[in-house]
Amino acid sequence: MPARIGVVTFPGTQDDADALRAVRVAGAEPVSLWHRDADLHGVDAIVLPGGFSYGDYLRCGAIARFSPVMESVIAAAHEGMPVLGICNGFQVLCESHLLPGALIRNDGMLFVNRDVRLTVEAADTAWTGGYKAGQEIVIPIKNGEGKFTADERTLDELEATGRVVARYLDNPNGSARAIAGVANAAGNVVGLMPHPEHAIDELTGPYPGPATDGLPFFTSVLQRLIDSELVNA
Amino acid sequence: MSEHTYQADTVERAEASPETEQPYEALGVKDDEYARIREILGRRPTSSELAMYSVMWSEHCSYKSSKVHLRQFGERAPEVDFLLVGPGENAGVVDVGEDLAVTFKIESHNHPSYVEPYQGAATGVGGIVRDILTMGARPIAVLDPLRFGPADAADTHRVLPGVVRGIGGYGNSLGLPNIGGEVVFDACYSGNPLVNALSVGVLKKSEIKLAKADGPGNHVVLFGARTGGDGIGGASVLASATFDADKPSKRPSVQVGDPFMEKVLIECCLEIYAEDLVTGIQDLGAAGLSCATTELAAAGTGGMDVKLDLAPLRDATLVPEEILMSESQERMMAVVTPENLPRFFEICEKWDVISTVIGTVTDTGRLRMTWHGETIVDVDPRTLAHQGPVYERPYHRPDWQDALQADAPDAARLARPAGGEQLRATVLRMVASPNLADKTWVLEQYDHRVRGNTVLAHGEDSGMIRLSEESGLGIALSTDGNGRYTKLDPYTGAQLALAEAYRNVAATGATPLAVTDCLNFGSPEDPEVMWQFAEACRGLTDACQILGTPVTGGNVSFYNQTGSEAIHPTPVVGVLGVIDDVARRTRSAFETEGEVLLLVGETLDEFGGSEWAHVVHEHLGGLPPKLDLERERQLGEILVAGSRDGMLSAAHDLSDGGLIQALAESCMRGGKGARVVLPGELDPFVELFSESAGRAVVAVPRSEEKRFTDMCVFRNVPVARIGVVDGDTLEVQGQFEIPLAELREAWTGTFPKLFG
Repeated sequence: MPARIGVVTFPGTQDDADALRAVRVAGAEPVSLWHRDADLHGVDAIVLPGGFSYGDYLRCGAIARFSPVMESVIAAAHEGMPVLGICNGFQVLCESHLLPGALIRNDGMLFVNRDVRLTVEAADTAWTGGYKAGQEIVIPIKNGEGKFTADERTLDELEATGRVVARYLDNPNGSARAIAGVANAAGNVVGLMPHPEHAIDELTGPYPGPATDGLPFFTSVLQRLIDSELVNA
Repeated sequence: MSEHTYQADTVERAEASPETEQPYEALGVKDDEYARIREILGRRPTSSELAMYSVMWSEHCSYKSSKVHLRQFGERAPEVDFLLVGPGENAGVVDVGEDLAVTFKIESHNHPSYVEPYQGAATGVGGIVRDILTMGARPIAVLDPLRFGPADAADTHRVLPGVVRGIGGYGNSLGLPNIGGEVVFDACYSGNPLVNALSVGVLKKSEIKLAKADGPGNHVVLFGARTGGDGIGGASVLASATFDADKPSKRPSVQVGDPFMEKVLIECCLEIYAEDLVTGIQDLGAAGLSCATTELAAAGTGGMDVKLDLAPLRDATLVPEEILMSESQERMMAVVTPENLPRFFEICEKWDVISTVIGTVTDTGRLRMTWHGETIVDVDPRTLAHQGPVYERPYHRPDWQDALQADAPDAARLARPAGGEQLRATVLRMVASPNLADKTWVLEQYDHRVRGNTVLAHGEDSGMIRLSEESGLGIALSTDGNGRYTKLDPYTGAQLALAEAYRNVAATGATPLAVTDCLNFGSPEDPEVMWQFAEACRGLTDACQILGTPVTGGNVSFYNQTGSEAIHPTPVVGVLGVIDDVARRTRSAFETEGEVLLLVGETLDEFGGSEWAHVVHEHLGGLPPKLDLERERQLGEILVAGSRDGMLSAAHDLSDGGLIQALAESCMRGGKGARVVLPGELDPFVELFSESAGRAVVAVPRSEEKRFTDMCVFRNVPVARIGVVDGDTLEVQGQFEIPLAELREAWTGTFPKLFG
């Protein structure tokens, strides 16, 4: 039986269809999860996709964090289930205190949709095992509030413990230390501002490319699940 | 003002007080129209009825000035077998194969966007998306053709950033990719920007929804946002004049959008459609509840009873006249059978969408509305929806038209660059001019990727969306317009807009199918404007016949003027194409060194209305480029066949700025230079900058050159080898060389400098 990966839909979520497709293309079974349903339906990993959950009212991700499904996601994350938050999903993970820091309005104040170059810094998380540390990739960003911020001590700690997952080569929004993504200490929870689900297919991925640099996020977690099953067995 | 102090103007009161003076003029109702309303009703209208007639008979809703000209789109449409729904419904629908249908339409939100750029543009997107949703379709993309005053004008810096943020803010939050459009500057749009929005949706062929209230006893359900005091505008006059209350009845005339509400409403509707729970559906757009109730009733069994006081309100002080006219966004009205109602409510509850039964379908032939038990409206809905006034507005060719056309931009009048140095400087100046410069600053604010089916977007000749991951079936869309051409010759100018959009769709490999148009003009009360309008409609109709692409719907926007000065007549035309496999789409980028560049089509000395005359000489005169529609059709077939047979590596249509602009764009997009040898029969300046229609530049592998040129010759379309893809400079041999880096700096620098 293939691994089952859940994708949560909140009201206002936009990239759920994309995340479901990415999961399918990676070879896993995509499972839709609904914000009001605390049941995770036996999934092995979870993606919180991008969008504007609850209209970004109050603060991006601030209301989604209190939905029934998030109680279960938070509990599962503490038990080691792989969780990837993309864009608004990253914001939800920060609001849920599964990840440190916060995402605030971009320098320049505008929404920016652009293909950006990143280096994958941590290739040992549940979602990045398929990359080499230091590998340069191209993934799109699209956000108005994507500037990562945290206090200096937290930033130092993230750097020192290898929890900076990805860094921008040309910092597009003023993120602290050009951080594009971070992980929790255990490495099972990853938040990423860029959208790997938009870079999985030659037809629709970044142009002029490379177009499919995002796919390893999804195949990595699949590999991790298979490996851990072998270990458990 | 609290409810109990409000005394409704009831039908009973109207009958008892025929002499009551009514402020119909302030609502835009003419003397004869008011007399006609009294004749229809056999009494004076109640103030609620007057409100409804005033909005339903307005130019915007009734098309009273344009109707007689728009008819020909249907009456003289080309015979096609793919048109499922034609003009007159919320949007046209075409069959694209594989049991799928596509619905698309363009609309304007010009005036609100000038008053309040962010909300005006945002609700423009919201409105057109609801039209698509109303047809039963999932909206899958938007395109935004925009026109502003001069790029360096102070007011443009107020309007443009707000409009762009509004489109992004609303469209991005709906999760709809923005895949095309235009950004054009011209002094004629100074006090009157054109903010047009096109949306497209997909549905199963068998699941088209129509706006009609059938079946007596069925429920009329209002769902979505609560009704508020925004977008009321004129009705405030009624409220204050009728009641003279001291409440703050000055209402904002521009609607305020909530994209989150609309996103939820879209998903809610799609779930309701999937279970086939509605017998009729209508969105609430212009004229709000007035329009939705009358159109549903007029198209269905014919009667409807509505308890208006049941409509959920954001502002409890609203009176019936205001509720009827409010254009609050994100509202829909459905007709639901009693059996389906519980499930309908369940789905609304799932999405946290408020839904309320406010009425019942009847077979009385009357639309009756009550307010706390008293009858305030009792009309035949067809008199509102279909029997509005129709004007045969007088029109005549302007006296100045001849002089304008005689003022041709020939070499004797306008100095032309000569020699390599001057041509080089002109190229750099042109690529940096606002209309031709890189629009990344704008386009980066739009999400073009969401939903993951965007195959082509900005920077390509048309946007392209994949409909099926299994088969690769997809659609392409382009919008184009040229106000300068249309000013010089409205008949040909409108046709040129259509031809350009048609060519753009074909250039990406898709077969053009159908048309939607947004006709932006000045005041229809000006006979010269009316002539421009009549000519443009006639031109479009004739061109659609030759190209085989019917008009499926669209929108007319009149009264676009600053003071008494009308904008250039600006028909913006959207063309929809279909492609059986998006994997064979053609990009505009030159990607492979050594490939051969071919110019397809014929170049003449044509600079009337050109970008060059506009930028370098601020000149507008002469005639627009000649148009041979048979040739356009041939070119389209060549471009599609070239894609289908795998001959084409790149194709780019030639339009504003001519050959050199197209070459520069394709070079920069692919990051490869080109060595160009001009055929040499014309002045190099003409070869490079003329805007002759019916042309495209293509890149083909050497192995395909003969096959491709043979195909052109066979179809009697001129084709000439003009160079190769090579290096990292754009070189026109014997004239000049420009390194791509220098070209790119000029091209990309303009917008950040202006707006960054």
